[in-house]
Amino acid sequence: MVELRFKNTSSEDPNWVRSLNEHDEGSEQKLSCVMAEYATPQEWLAACAKVRDAGYKRWDGLTPFPVHGMEEYIGIKPTILPWITLVAGMTGMTVAVALQYFTNAVLYPYLISGKPLFSLPANVPVMFELTVLFAAFTTVFTMLAMNGLPQWFHPLFRRNNFERMTDDRFGIVVEASDPKFNRQQVELLLANAGGANVEAIFEPAKRAPLPVVIHGVGLCVTVLALIPAGLAIKSRYVKSDKPRIHIIQDMDMQPKFKAQAPSPILGQLFGDMRASMPQVEGTVGRGQLREDDHYYRGRFGEGEEDYFDGIPPQALEHFGSATALLERGRERYGISCAPCHGLTGVGDGLVAQRADMLQQGTWVPPTSLHADTVVPQADGRIFETISLGRNNMKPYGASVKVADRWAIVAYVRALQQSQAATSDMVPPAELEALKD
Amino acid sequence: MAGKTYAPLKGIDNTGDVPGPRTPLILENKTYGQITEQVCSVVEDPKVHRTWLLSFMAAVTFLGVLFSLIVYLIVTGVGVWGNQIPVAWGWPIVNFVFWVGIGHAGTLISAILFLLRQDWRTSINRFAEAMTIFAVVCAGTFPGIHVGRIWLAYWLFPLPNQMLMWPNFRSPLLWDVFAVGTYASVSLVFWYMGMIPDLATIRDRARHPLRRLGYGILSLGWRGSARAWHRYERAYLLLAALATPLVLSVHTVVSFDFAVSQLPGWHTTIFPPYFVAGAIFSGFAMVVTLAVPARAFYGMRNIITMRHLENMNKVILATGSMVGYAYSMEFFIAWYGGNKYEQFAFMNRAFGPYAWAYWTMVSCNVITPQIFWFKKCRTSIPIMMVAAILVNVGMWFERFVITVTSLARDFLPSSWGYFHPTIVDILMLIGSFGLFFTLFLLFLRFLPMIAISEVKSVMPFPKPTQKQPSEVESAPVPSVN
Repeated sequence: MVELRFKNTSSEDPNWVRSLNEHDEGSEQKLSCVMAEYATPQEWLAACAKVRDAGYKRWDGLTPFPVHGMEEYIGIKPTILPWITLVAGMTGMTVAVALQYFTNAVLYPYLISGKPLFSLPANVPVMFELTVLFAAFTTVFTMLAMNGLPQWFHPLFRRNNFERMTDDRFGIVVEASDPKFNRQQVELLLANAGGANVEAIFEPAKRAPLPVVIHGVGLCVTVLALIPAGLAIKSRYVKSDKPRIHIIQDMDMQPKFKAQAPSPILGQLFGDMRASMPQVEGTVGRGQLREDDHYYRGRFGEGEEDYFDGIPPQALEHFGSATALLERGRERYGISCAPCHGLTGVGDGLVAQRADMLQQGTWVPPTSLHADTVVPQADGRIFETISLGRNNMKPYGASVKVADRWAIVAYVRALQQSQAATSDMVPPAELEALKD
Repeated sequence: MAGKTYAPLKGIDNTGDVPGPRTPLILENKTYGQITEQVCSVVEDPKVHRTWLLSFMAAVTFLGVLFSLIVYLIVTGVGVWGNQIPVAWGWPIVNFVFWVGIGHAGTLISAILFLLRQDWRTSINRFAEAMTIFAVVCAGTFPGIHVGRIWLAYWLFPLPNQMLMWPNFRSPLLWDVFAVGTYASVSLVFWYMGMIPDLATIRDRARHPLRRLGYGILSLGWRGSARAWHRYERAYLLLAALATPLVLSVHTVVSFDFAVSQLPGWHTTIFPPYFVAGAIFSGFAMVVTLAVPARAFYGMRNIITMRHLENMNKVILATGSMVGYAYSMEFFIAWYGGNKYEQFAFMNRAFGPYAWAYWTMVSCNVITPQIFWFKKCRTSIPIMMVAAILVNVGMWFERFVITVTSLARDFLPSSWGYFHPTIVDILMLIGSFGLFFTLFLLFLRFLPMIAISEVKSVMPFPKPTQKQPSEVESAPVPSVN
């Protein structure tokens, strides 16, 4: 950890500050290195050359800034860092190509204006960016790792002389682990090369402890950091009858009442709790007057046979002509009816086919519109079937407009006629064409 | 400390070059120790200056405005902005491009000028790199909150998800995520790596235990080992080589956001170089805007000298003229290309409802920097301050003109409109300056604003202590032109 030490502690300093320095006193045993300092770059470089020529291997210069040409004086070999950067850059580019190819051409193919799924020009920007990203980060972190950083403690930090090595002094350090190391010889060499303050530096007997404050802060931060993770883990394993926490509401909660929802506000006003008010008795809403039974209900009484026959004139008026009415009916039939009843009305729509395939046994097949029970029905009855549904068929009154329902009735009639057609019903010209 | 110092050279004009002796980049013949003292004392000063404190409080206030408005935006929705069809890209994108542009100077100074061996960069690079990082922070804020449901902003990144969906890598907006993301992170490591030796210097000077601890952790245990320096310098060179094309790529990709679309006024091939020139232009203007008061306030006139400011003004002149060339070339191509929509878009820019913005932009960006042809203007502090601020204003308007005029009147006259910013738009722009200055003032107070070790490396070697003092005195002194 970081070395905390202070020069010239006095009795006024807090206890723990003084206690840090006490570790320096007396107990130093193991020699770490010998250090000397030089005042100018020139002297330093000359001294470095001497140490280099004396054949030491485990030694280093200390300088506040990179002095031009120092590599030569110290004998530093070129680093392999650029090659690592090159490999990292190539890795980045490969990752970029692979990422773009697999995501956009394989896993989730984007079809945009018929362009190819994988086209290099569009991928160049991201390739370039990832090349630089990988290369840059690798360069920095490799440089730090090769330099042995971060290394927050080093015996050098314990020497007051070291403090000017990052300011305006230049130093040479010969490590005790050097095979040629001999303390007297090294000290003599460094001093003869013009070094001042030649000093042996020892490994500390024991490290200075971190102050309690820092332990406390660290502990608090760690505990606080664990709380969210703990809550997340808890909610994964503990069951709760409450709905999940909904931090981001999107548009789930809106200040409006949905149909059938209770409303305390209107409840007070009208005495019930309903958000949607029922129609007041004895009134007709705008556009809700349904006077013509033929057009709106298809029946004139409540009996089983009380149905109108024939398409009401309003339906024809609505579409302008019988052709337009049938054309509209064909279109609406295709949307609402054909899925079950089939395009020809025999009951072979896609839904029915699928249900047959599944064979689940609960399926009631759609009625054929050409069945003997259907063909003789009055037009009004078919209209009512569409509007209110029958057996398993759902009511379509809410989704298909009145005029459209009559158009469908007309089209169903046309379908029925087409299935039971005789050759004399076909115009002679068409008949000729069919014969071929 | 090289024993004896040179004769003081106070008041020297180092803006001229004479044959023979090299013009000093650092004035007043400081020793290494004095440079350390000068830079570190700013960080170590136990007294908080009133000017700094007042500026900081003002900046934090505006930062608070920005944060409150962001919360308001998130809670309410993007409707709080003036963005409305047809101008769906309003001030948020204008501000994004503006801030990203400013964030170009720092890495340009630290990378391109490094490769070009421009030693004068050492005095301003730390400063400019910090400015870059903070400008990119401001820039990143706007597209981040512009996505609407910002809690889903992570959808921008190619992350595996339960929908099995992936982002579209053929969209310039995604390139933007990668370009700005890479630029921000690489600039950050570049800045931090450059600071490690200086942080070690502050650590070794620190007396208070907490300062020792803080700077100790940040400096990673840097000891100034020559072998470490060798790898460090090589890494710096590699980063510079990587960051150089990166700087050019960022605004290129930002310009693709516009140029890859089909809109008249956006769909032009000149956009990438034009945007890059504009970015360097605005970045240097911002460096001058910040450097002039900072060097005066912290007494750094001998390190950030008139020569540095003059060089930056020359860059402003060059890039400003490039931007002016781009403006005229856009008009030429609109005419020469024969596309009537393109022609309309440019006539509309210059003479339509936004003519006021267009001519503000032209006068600030093209006409103002032309005063820097004159050395008197290049070396006059008040003139360069005014010019730099005008350039900043002009560059904001450039992005406004590009973004808004093209959108406001597109192909269909029935869908034309006029953009009205809301009060939230305006306060967010001001608030982003609060964010920028908060970070910048904290930087000035707690981190070394000058690259101490780099400045030392461009200073002349002190004379060896063994030499006679008489030789020291005869050191060549550049004459005033």
